[in-house]
Amino acid sequence: MSGLHFTDVTVRFGHHTAVDDVSLTVPAGQVVGLVGESGSGKSTLAATAVGLVEPTAGHVRADGKVQMVFQDPYSSLDPRMSIGNSIAEAMPRGTDRKAEVARLLELVNLDPGRATALPARLSGGQRQRVALARALAGNPEVVIADEITSALDVSVQGAVLNLVRDLQRRLGLSMLFISHNLAVVRYVSDRIAVMKAGRIVEEGPAAQVLGDPQHEYTRELLAAAPRRHTRLEVS
Amino acid sequence: MRRLAVLRSPVGASSAVLLAILVALAVFAPILWGDRAAAIDTDALQQGPSAEHLLGTDQLGRDIFFRVLVATRLTIGLALLATVIGVVAGLFLGSIPSVLPRWAARTVTSAVNIAVAFPGLLLALFFAVIFGTGTIGAVLAIAFAITPSFARLTQTLTASVSGRDFIKAARVCGVGRFRLLTRHVLPNIAEPLVINATLAAGSALTAFAGLSFLGIGVQAPSYDWGRLLGEGLNRIYVTPAPALGPAVAVVVAGLAFNLFGEAAASVHRNQQRGAATPPHAPVDDRSEGGLLTVRNLHVTFPGDVRPVRGVSFTVHHGEMIGVVGESGSGKSLTALAVSRLVEHPGRVTADRLEFNGKPVTATPDRELGTRMAMVFQDPMTSFNPTRRIGSQLAEVSEVHQGLTRRAALAKAVDRLEAVRIPEPERRAKQYPHEFSGGMRQRAMIAMGLMGEPQLVIADEPTTALDVTVQKEVLRLLARIRQDRDAAVLLISHDITVVAQTCDRVLVMYAGRIVEELPTDELFTAARHPYTTALLEAVPDLDTDRDAPLAVIPGRPPEPGEIRQGCPFAPRCPLADDQCRTEEPELTTFAEGHRVACWKSESELVGVR
Repeated sequence: MSGLHFTDVTVRFGHHTAVDDVSLTVPAGQVVGLVGESGSGKSTLAATAVGLVEPTAGHVRADGKVQMVFQDPYSSLDPRMSIGNSIAEAMPRGTDRKAEVARLLELVNLDPGRATALPARLSGGQRQRVALARALAGNPEVVIADEITSALDVSVQGAVLNLVRDLQRRLGLSMLFISHNLAVVRYVSDRIAVMKAGRIVEEGPAAQVLGDPQHEYTRELLAAAPRRHTRLEVS
Repeated sequence: MRRLAVLRSPVGASSAVLLAILVALAVFAPILWGDRAAAIDTDALQQGPSAEHLLGTDQLGRDIFFRVLVATRLTIGLALLATVIGVVAGLFLGSIPSVLPRWAARTVTSAVNIAVAFPGLLLALFFAVIFGTGTIGAVLAIAFAITPSFARLTQTLTASVSGRDFIKAARVCGVGRFRLLTRHVLPNIAEPLVINATLAAGSALTAFAGLSFLGIGVQAPSYDWGRLLGEGLNRIYVTPAPALGPAVAVVVAGLAFNLFGEAAASVHRNQQRGAATPPHAPVDDRSEGGLLTVRNLHVTFPGDVRPVRGVSFTVHHGEMIGVVGESGSGKSLTALAVSRLVEHPGRVTADRLEFNGKPVTATPDRELGTRMAMVFQDPMTSFNPTRRIGSQLAEVSEVHQGLTRRAALAKAVDRLEAVRIPEPERRAKQYPHEFSGGMRQRAMIAMGLMGEPQLVIADEPTTALDVTVQKEVLRLLARIRQDRDAAVLLISHDITVVAQTCDRVLVMYAGRIVEELPTDELFTAARHPYTTALLEAVPDLDTDRDAPLAVIPGRPPEPGEIRQGCPFAPRCPLADDQCRTEEPELTTFAEGHRVACWKSESELVGVR
């Protein structure tokens, strides 16, 4: 049974409590969408799962390896390293690196012949695919996607979202998908958790959280999300 | 490529030539003239310059000119040796904290910080005393004098790279600290380090000459320029040449290193350059204008980069217009051009660019400052962080409307209240960092309201904000338009935001408007394949979760990549030969609806 389990996790930076006693489970093979405002503690919570931040209290248990994809594809790849090497670096020892790099590039719909290219030659969407391939190179059971589409052009975002959904289903990954965009989270997630001021205020199956929100803040978020066929009332 | 770019500047090229000559001298001079420089001639002691001895001779009758040439090897060699030792030690001290445990890292960092406080030459003299006089002592003294500043530089550069995501990503992948340092950190800071090492070599050379001159550097019978200078100085009033020769050599060599370093640094700093841009033919345009009339607006940058290519639109009083486009579509530059904020080397040209019936270029600052308000994406950088919000708002009225300080402050409080900032009097006394993002954006809008704006240009005003706050800011803009009859030009990458709030939409792609239509027709009557693709590709809360999202293949072109034909053609399912060769003009399709597409009549276009 794989998955990701946060148990009573608290993170404090000095006097500031970024994550406040959070318990959350990402069930095996499912996508949990984590929504909330900037500063609500979403990214800090994610950072505890990969060891970038130590929890002040509580613990994180992952059954299997955890990998992470970052927000900004322009800063998450080493500009001096070819994309093939960036991907190979994440592989366990003893892998046939060349073949594996080719396979992974193929998997994220990139031409394997581009393995020697530097990131500067790639567009934002392509870089984000490379970042996905690198995350998959470590054969993870759990993947954390932290705002992976918010730095992308809208015409490119759809392709990355399709890819994420497709890979997750094909490889049976457990995924924590973080975004401030409710529409994007809704599209990829099986379950949705809503975070505010370091706490999870609501969590449940996506359809239920969006269709029948229990917490006032969830309702507020839903009401604020832009809908194309609704005009904004002035007062 | 970039290394060659150094040679293209005159300073870089001449310093490179000088360096090449120095290296050649260092290698060949001792082989060619070593004997002549060492030859003792008791018949010609302490002579002045002559045809035979260009710089004269020393007290043993040896030719000083040849001694200067031969000394190049020792002088340059020792300076480089000292630099290499100093740079390596500095690199070590500067990068080791990232590998060490925290307490040890702190100790090293503080030691370096203390050492940086001492002047380099003082350190060199101090070490020279410790290591004793002589060549090795001097080399070590100069090396360790360079070390602290290099360690500090390495630390600073490392810190600037360490915060970036690719370092975090490598850590998550299990890359060890040492490999992280050697594979990810050092290659990314190599360039400034190399440049600074070149500069350090120049100063090491002069410092070394100084030590030898003082007699605590190179000892006889070895000689470098510093020693020759010291020997020559004794009789400078009799014959200046023996002292001037080595002095010139020191200055030239020092300059060569420093200028080369500077040239490399300036290439590193700026990489933009290019040729002038082709003008476009002005068109006699007499079409009816509005509050803001823009006809055939171009923004060009050197190197034939044309991010805005012939944009025309009109904003009427009290209208709310949305401009939608992706990064590189030219939407922000259009806004900046309208408000005269395009900075050098950008060039703005237009057949007509009029605000209130007057050319924008002829509108006085005062009028532009009060009648037009700008709201930017990042409200943090739009305010001066060291001044109170209230006085920054008040400044607008003091400068443009001639109000007294007290009256202007009262107005500022009133405007903060108008944008619904609670406790405006207390808030006006606070600094920008004490405001939340949404609050700051409202304060920015309040600043725009200090005048009597007829046009508010808002460039991605809600992109940095949370959705709940975004709604408030959009409402505020809509209310300003309602209460004050001000027009709003709302620029956004988010078509749903624009669809919710605006009357008309301008869709921009690759520096042009490709479609203009009323918002209520956006989802039913859009005729440009890019507009319809965009509408389908962006999920909203009603998107079918079981179907894959519609995808637009490829990516938008960069402003420098635009070739012939329709720029959307490479991504367009309907493109044919005409689309690939001829760029369509923006033409009227229906009342209030303009499209730039050869295929706009095709029944395949349209939102499904």
